[in-house]
Amino acid sequence: MTAISRPLSDTSLRRTGADWKGLAFHGVLLGALLVSLLILFTLIADVVSRGLPVLAERGTDFLTAPTSSRPARAGVAQGIFGTLMMAVFVAIVAFPVGIMTAIYMEEYAADNRLTRFINVNIRNLAGVPSVVYGLLGLAIFVIALKDVTGGRSMIAGGVTLAVLVLPIVIITSAEAIRAVPRGLREAGFGIGASRWEVTRLLVIPQAAPGILTGTVLALSRALGETAPLILAGAVLGGFSTGSKEFVEQLFGRYTTLPVTIFDWARRPQADFRELTAAAIIVLLVVTLLANAIAILLRNRYERVG
Amino acid sequence: MTTSDPSRTVAVRIEAGAGPAKAAAPSADDAAAREPAVELRDVSVYYGTFRAVRNITFDAPANAITALIGPSGSGKSTLLRAINRMNDLIPGSRFEGEILYHGQNLYAPDVDPVEVRRRIGMVFQKANPFPKSIYDNVAFGPRINGFKGNLDELVEQSLRRAVLWDEVKDKLKQSGLALSGGQQQRLCIARAIAVEPEIILMDEPASALDPRSTLQIEELMAELRASYTIIIVTHNMQQAARASDYTVFLNMGEDRAGYIVERDRTLEIFTNPKNQLTEDYVSGRFG
Repeated sequence: MTAISRPLSDTSLRRTGADWKGLAFHGVLLGALLVSLLILFTLIADVVSRGLPVLAERGTDFLTAPTSSRPARAGVAQGIFGTLMMAVFVAIVAFPVGIMTAIYMEEYAADNRLTRFINVNIRNLAGVPSVVYGLLGLAIFVIALKDVTGGRSMIAGGVTLAVLVLPIVIITSAEAIRAVPRGLREAGFGIGASRWEVTRLLVIPQAAPGILTGTVLALSRALGETAPLILAGAVLGGFSTGSKEFVEQLFGRYTTLPVTIFDWARRPQADFRELTAAAIIVLLVVTLLANAIAILLRNRYERVG
Repeated sequence: MTTSDPSRTVAVRIEAGAGPAKAAAPSADDAAAREPAVELRDVSVYYGTFRAVRNITFDAPANAITALIGPSGSGKSTLLRAINRMNDLIPGSRFEGEILYHGQNLYAPDVDPVEVRRRIGMVFQKANPFPKSIYDNVAFGPRINGFKGNLDELVEQSLRRAVLWDEVKDKLKQSGLALSGGQQQRLCIARAIAVEPEIILMDEPASALDPRSTLQIEELMAELRASYTIIIVTHNMQQAARASDYTVFLNMGEDRAGYIVERDRTLEIFTNPKNQLTEDYVSGRFG
């Protein structure tokens, strides 16, 4: 058989049988999509079918009640507050530091061995398991810096999560900045703009949507983390400080939604299983809301830019 | 007749005395008397250990158009980008020699490259308007340079000089990226002249444009010559012949570095070249 199975002299345009390999590949791709969808759907259906009755029965009481050892009274108020505070910490610590690091690395730092070494290591840091960050948080923010953070406090947990997502923020921001065409920078330099002006007026506005996408990813990651917070001071179970005010201050004890879910999921009472599912729904909604806000911000930026 | 034969077209053009540049071309006797806008003295540019151009010396006369021509790899763009220190932005690039501008060496240690680029503007091969409105594109340079006067007036004047005003005056708020390729390139020229530079460097400004837009750019250059000194890199020999007053012919040497073969008035280069290599190149026999 020659390379071309039909001689060129045969000018017929008719189809010569089905392209089985192509069809099979098409089928495999579709199958992969269906499997992912099926898993996602099963998870959500399971959680919703167990959790929705609790939410329906308890109503807003579930959202405003503090944790309790009695399933009928337990709620996720501290968890919601803790999770939102974690988001605030990530936003005010990890975003500025991460984005500015990325700008420095891409626009200012010389391209030499040292910067390449640092770049590779930031990528490695993004792959470090989150438990390790939890240990770091425990050693540094909870124990070593006890006088500043107040030990097992919201500050210690928030900063631990901020450090955890910092590499993600840096990498995604750096990629967004690198994607800005060189011609745009040259155009700016060519009419006598300084590096600061080119960066501020041309590069950052152009990279802003990509940077915001990175921050959305980082935020979602931070909101779902459990393990590092258990190590870095989040409280399991009912609060034992005896404080009447169940939402404590920054230096006080705290918990977050994922930690509450982890805590409830391992309790023996059957009622807590339904509560766990309900808390998962709340966490999903909180995370989706945080993402929606970030995406709205990004779209606004894209329209303006 | 094949219009793609460069030598033939060039010859016809010159005999007919056609083209906007020819009408105002400097006469032979004033050529030497013209004050140079920039003087390159023994310029070599390296990228790492690779020498891209070597020992380049020439003057670009003020209020004239100097064309840099030569085959690919002869260092035309590198040389052009050395004149406003754009090569500084390329990691690993190194400069040797002197470029004099009003008697000052542009590469003296106390010279600020940002100031250099404000006085020596640049138009790039690929039109690169900012993703901003037409107005903001032109106003960008004056704004960052702390322009105090009437910005609207300056924008209009710059767009008029770039022969773009009539096409865009009703849509100044629209994005510069929505314009056609030729209009975008004229917008880039308007943007460059809005900061009132003395010299404009053009790196193959018409290479991505259709013939009509190319002609518009060339006519524009001829008009701008009254107020600015223009140095243009072009691959297109007809363009050099039509639009420039002086031509510098570069070639790539054995060491792969670009060097000057011949530099003269454009008419001389195209009708009476001193060097066989120049004659071969302008008549399309190589390159």
